Formats: sequence, structure tokens, C-alpha cells
Amino acid sequence: MGLFDRIKQVFGGGKPETTEEAKYDTGLEKSRTSFADRLNALFANFRTVDEDFFDDLEEMLIEADVGFATAEQLTEELREEVKLQNAQKPAAVAQTIVQKLVDLYGEAGEGEDNTLHYAAEGPTVFLFVGVNGAGKTTTIGKLAHQLKEQGKSVLLAAGDTFRAGAIEQLQEWGRRDGVPVVASSAGSDPASVIFDAVRRAKDEQVDVLLVDTAGRLQNKVNLMNELDKIRRVIVRELPDAPQETLLVLDATTGQNALSQAKEFNQTTQVTGIVLTKLDGSGKGGIVLAIRNDLHVPVKLVGLGEQMDDLQAFDPNKFAYGLFKDLIDPDKRRAREAEKPAVNPKDSPNHQDDPL
Amino acid sequence: MAFEGLSERLQKAFSGLRRKGKVSEDDVRTAMREIRLALLEADVNFGVVKDFIKTVREQALGAEVLDSLTPAQQIIKIVNDELTKTMGEAAVPLNKSPHIPTIIMMVGLQGAGKTTTVGKLSNYLKENEKARPLLIAADIYRPAAVDQLKTIGEQLSVPVFDMGVDTDPVEIVRQGLAQAALQHNDYVIIDTAGRLQIDEKLMTELANIKELAHPDEILLVVDSMTGQAATEVAQGFNDRLDITGVVLTKLDGDTRGGAALSIRQVTGKPIKFIGQGEKMDALDVFYPDRMANRILGMGDMLTLIDKAQKNYDQKQAAEVAEKMRTNTFDFNDFLDQMDQVAGMGNFEDIIKMIPGMANNPALKNFQMNPKDIDHMKAIVYSMTAKEREDPDLLNPSRRRRIAAGSGRPIVEVNRMIKQFNQSKKMMTQMYKGNFSGMEGMMGNGVQGRLGKMAMNRMVRQSKKNKKKRLKNARNFKSQ
Repeated sequence: MGLFDRIKQVFGGGKPETTEEAKYDTGLEKSRTSFADRLNALFANFRTVDEDFFDDLEEMLIEADVGFATAEQLTEELREEVKLQNAQKPAAVAQTIVQKLVDLYGEAGEGEDNTLHYAAEGPTVFLFVGVNGAGKTTTIGKLAHQLKEQGKSVLLAAGDTFRAGAIEQLQEWGRRDGVPVVASSAGSDPASVIFDAVRRAKDEQVDVLLVDTAGRLQNKVNLMNELDKIRRVIVRELPDAPQETLLVLDATTGQNALSQAKEFNQTTQVTGIVLTKLDGSGKGGIVLAIRNDLHVPVKLVGLGEQMDDLQAFDPNKFAYGLFKDLIDPDKRRAREAEKPAVNPKDSPNHQDDPL
Repeated sequence: MAFEGLSERLQKAFSGLRRKGKVSEDDVRTAMREIRLALLEADVNFGVVKDFIKTVREQALGAEVLDSLTPAQQIIKIVNDELTKTMGEAAVPLNKSPHIPTIIMMVGLQGAGKTTTVGKLSNYLKENEKARPLLIAADIYRPAAVDQLKTIGEQLSVPVFDMGVDTDPVEIVRQGLAQAALQHNDYVIIDTAGRLQIDEKLMTELANIKELAHPDEILLVVDSMTGQAATEVAQGFNDRLDITGVVLTKLDGDTRGGAALSIRQVTGKPIKFIGQGEKMDALDVFYPDRMANRILGMGDMLTLIDKAQKNYDQKQAAEVAEKMRTNTFDFNDFLDQMDQVAGMGNFEDIIKMIPGMANNPALKNFQMNPKDIDHMKAIVYSMTAKEREDPDLLNPSRRRRIAAGSGRPIVEVNRMIKQFNQSKKMMTQMYKGNFSGMEGMMGNGVQGRLGKMAMNRMVRQSKKNKKKRLKNARNFKSQ
């Protein structure tokens, strides 16, 4: 059974949605509507399925940021599939395409582990890497808050000694979350700060150490070497650490995301991806691209600005959030009818404003 | 995943018909598909690509292929011209207020690089106009954003106006402007918090600041790595605030920066500056033609020439040229050359500007550690004056001494001497205008030829400069 059927079974029953589902629902609202609208517009434009149709479909996928290679592959497979099923009318093809899209997404993610891993004993270390402005420090701030809520002891390491105000930014998060921060002065060697932090985490038996690093573009060899050094320092002190090396990716990034993932993976063996600013991108397609081209699991997603808008990534819920209008056309109509009455801003999840 | 430039794509598509003299309709169709894919791959927005292709197709169909060009080259030329036209043909300077202060407001998404750009811009104004800017810290939302701006202000010795994080940004701007009036600052730069263009509350705040400050310049700061979303972002900010220009950041990465084209197309607003580095002086004026080249993957030869000219001390250049003519290029010159290359900026950045080098996978291994230059210098410094002038003296025993003296392994000394000999050969050849030994450096096919064309152009330019110099020198003597 493909992911499509599973999703339909699990979510299609009309049972009330959980809060977490609602989060995906509102966070991906923009992505979903634009995705569904585009697909619907595409179907409306064509009476028969021909080469032009597939060209347009390919363009639509690219526009949704599913990535260039993925779009080509998807279109190719859809072309085969449509031929096999001998579908002529777009209406008949529509369902096939959506089904294929969801199933491909499921297949590419086969065996993918989307959970965060913690050390069996001793401190767990999460290393955060990424380009400038992706949202590393903010992600750490939010994650620290959530881990603390779960009753874990957390320590933060201010490894961004380069950017002006970066240390203060992490310290401010530490203050808000009530979590200690290991920091040195600006301009000092990040590896030494992180060494101190790992030592302290070991001495004080801290549960989780979150390591911030300076943003760096993946084509800067020297900065990437610095990252390698940071990693070595951690491994030397705690052989099993870092349990997770998380690449923080801005969801509005285009094709460059793939280059980022590849280069960071080479230097630091990325174990997972944090996809930030997903609520604003309107293009959930990037998740498809990451799955298909990179085979690095997405582990956390940022669906908004609030503390708890950083969510563990659930691939099925994500697919449902993205495609549900297409999987369940009736439900969409029903939802649209009641739309004016529902204001997402009123939901209780939006109350703990970090400010 | 290496990006394929348009030139490579077209070359592949046209490999069968390289010698054909005119562009047929079939050729155009193939070419248009390749152009479309190349632009989409460069993150140009889909809708923008569609319009663009339509224009190019019309022009390509009617075009006759010039004798000297292959169809692929002809089409590249059409695309390049059209792209440059779309980008706006000339660089657009900052708007200036008739009386001080000129007020500049920075807006954009989170993490685009607004605060850093504020710092770079004030540095730019200080350096180029001897300006006395005041920075206003109106980002009260992101933790430590105010600290960040204050630190940058300290680094640059530029005053920063802030009221902490508990005051309404509009009020902060009001009081900041009052202080600027009091201190007679000629520029005021307002740093605002990052926000989504669909965030109604925060967008209203920006509109209020605009209403109050009447900025002469509202710059939208956009991450050059932005994908298809670039159009929506630009449109959102433009509709609400009627921006006056765009700053494209993080262009020192390996992105093609198709967002530049998308933004320009949907807003019609000029891109004024580009950020390409983490240091405060890494802000450059935006040249549309160079960006067109980058999107197409043809390198940025012009910028390289510009940079080289700026840094190349003309007197030194004349001396080197004189030496090259007599083929006495020695280690002293080599050292000097290395200093000049280092002075041009980040070595990798310069290499990337050579066509075909930007995303060349082979170049990954070529990337140079800045320390390498220091090591090479150390080796030269360990030579005697005689050895520097006459490299042939360097027998194994002398090499061992140099290795010990410079603290580098002997293999490195040998390698460096080999490199020196190559460099010497190349310099002599280049001066004579002979490129036969350099074919391999530029790669083969269309791109290689284009690279050669660019290289030729650079040499022509430097010869022209040299003539000018010699003439000046003569005039000087005769006086």
C-alpha cells in the first residue's frame, strides 16, 4: 500500500484533528493552497493530456521548488504511469498524478528516520550548522525551550564568535529559556568555546548540549575547515557525539539548498535537516527535493515564529498538510465553506509569544 | 551537484550543428528549452522565465548568425543582451535628499542580512563620501539585534541610536531622526526587524515608519539564494511600501542568483548594491551586465578586470612588463605578483570570476588556502638575493637549506619552484599574446573559446594601458 492510501485511510476518516495536525494545517496553508491551486489551474487548462501538458506540469513542479532534478524525474515517471493507465482526460489523470506524487514522496522517504537521537548515557550533543541567516540561533533557542519543558537539563554553546551580536543573541535566548550558556568573547576561537562547553556538559552531567556555530557559505573552504575542527573537538571529548549534526536550511532557498546540503554533508556528516521559515515560503516542495536528491531526513520544521512552532517533522502529516485538498476534494470544499469562521490567530497555540 | 551554465547547455544542444551558418526554427526550439531550463535552474521565477523566453524567441528567429559566431554563440549573445536589458542597463546610484539628512530604510525577510548591510552601507558611505551617518536600531524583536548593530557601529566608529527593546519602533525612529537633526548627520540608516511580507501587523509598522520618516530610499534586502519565492517577497514588500531599490546579499556563495532577475522583472526597481563577503567592506555597486553573465554561468570577467586595474600599481606594472619583455621574470617579481593577487581580495572570489571557473567541479581541489601564499612567500624570503634573481642557481643543496629556513617540506619548495617556472613561461607568452599553452586552463568548446575571448580582451586592455603608461612616462621625461 502506497503512502497515498495510508494517508487517505489515516486522515480521511473525518476524525477531529489534533493540535499538532492543526499546526501543520495552518503552517502549510499557504503552501497547500498555492500547490493545489496551481495543479487545478493546470488541469483546467488542458482538455487532453499531451506533451505540452507535461511541459507545464514540469514547470509547475519547479515553481513549487521541488527542485530541478526531482521535477524532471517526477514528470518522467508520471508520463509512464499515465501511459500505463491509458488515461486521456485530465480529470482522470489528475488523481493519478496526485497519487503518484504522494507515493513518490513516500518511496523516497522509505527507511528514513525522522526522529532526533539521544545518547544512551552521558550528554547528548546536537551540532547546528548552516549558511548565514538560516535561523540556527533561533532554532536552538526554541529547541532549548522545548527540551527544558520536557524536563531535560540543557546547555547552550555560543560557537558563533564571528558575527556581531551573535553571542548576545544566544545569551538572550538562554535567559528567556532559563538555560545556561557557555560563551567566550567575540572573535575568540569557536573550537575552544565548544571544548569548554563539552567539558562542562560532561562534568555537570547535562542531558543535552546544543552547539551554535557561525553561519558560513558552503563554498568557503577555510570556514568549512573550521567546522571540521569543531567536530573533531567534540568527537575527541565524547566519542559518540555529536548525536545529531543538523543542517539548518531556509525554506525559501532555491536550488542552492542542494549545494548547501552536499557541501555541509561532506565536512560534517549531516544527520538531519531543520527546515526553517516554512510558513512563509508557500513552497513545501523543497521537502520533496531534499528527500529525492539528498536522502537526508528532515527532522525539525519551523512553521511560525512562536516557541512551539518548531515541530518534530512527521512526513505523513506533512504530506497530508500539503496535499490534503487534492487527496480529499470534498473535504476541501467543506473547509472552504466554513473558512471565514476560522481564524488561526485565535487558536490557543499562539499565546505564548516569546516577547 | 554542479550547476551547468547556459553556455555548456547550449553547447551540448548544438554539438551536432556547430558549423551550420544560420539558426533554423528547430535550433531555436531546442535552444529555448535549454535556456528555459538553465534559467529555472538558476532560480529565476517561472513566470519571469516564460516572458523572457518569449522575447528571446522572437529575436532569435529573425536573427542572422554572424560569420564569426556559431549558432550557439549567436543565441548566447541574444540572451545576454536581452538579460542585460531586463536587468537595467546601467548601475543606479543611491537616491539623495536635496538637503541633509538622506534617510535610508532597510526592509526584508528574517535572515536576509539587513543589519550587516546597514553596517556595510555606512562603511561604504564613509569611505566614498566621507559621510557622517547615524544608524537607528529599530529591530526590537529579534534577541540581541540592537547589540549587533551597536557592535557594528563601534567597529566602524559610526554612532548608533537605540532605545532598547521596549519602545515602539515608530517612536524609536521619531527620536532617532530628532537626534540626527541635532547632530547634523548627513545620512540616517534605519535597521528594521525581519518580517514576512504577509505579516499584516508588522507590515503596518513598516508603513507607519515610512509615513513618519519619508525615507529617500527604501531598500529591500534579499538573500541571493532565494528560490521561486523571490517574486512573492519582492511583490509583497513593493506593493505595501513602494520600495526604491534592492540589495542582494550573500552573492559570495555559489548561487547563480536568478532571484535578481525575478525581482527586477516583477518590481521594476533597480538592484543597487550587492553584498559579497562577511567583512564590512564587502559591498559593491550592482552592475546589471555582470549579473547577467553570472546567471548564465559565463563568469564575471569584467569585475575581475576592474579589480585588477584598481589594485595594480601602475609603476610596478611597467617594471614587470619591462622585465617580462627581456624574460628576466625572477622571484622578486613572483613575490610582487603574489602580493597583488592577495591584495585583490579573496583568492577564491577572483578565480570564480574567470568564465567557467565559478562552478567548475575540478576547481574544488584547486581552492587555495590563504596561508599557501604566506608559505610561498616564506620560501622566497629564505632565498639569498642572488638566488631570487637567478633561479637556475637552485641546486638540491640550496633547496634543502631553503626548506629548513622556511620551515616548509622540501617537496613544497620543489613544487613552488616548478610553479614559478610555469608562471614565468606563461607571463612571457601572455605578453607576446600567445595563448597556445593556456588552452587547457580555459577548458574546451564554446566555453573555452569564450574564456579565451575574455582573456584576449584582458590582455588587449592591459596592453592599451601599458601604451598609455609608456606615453605618460615619455611625456614626463620630455618635460
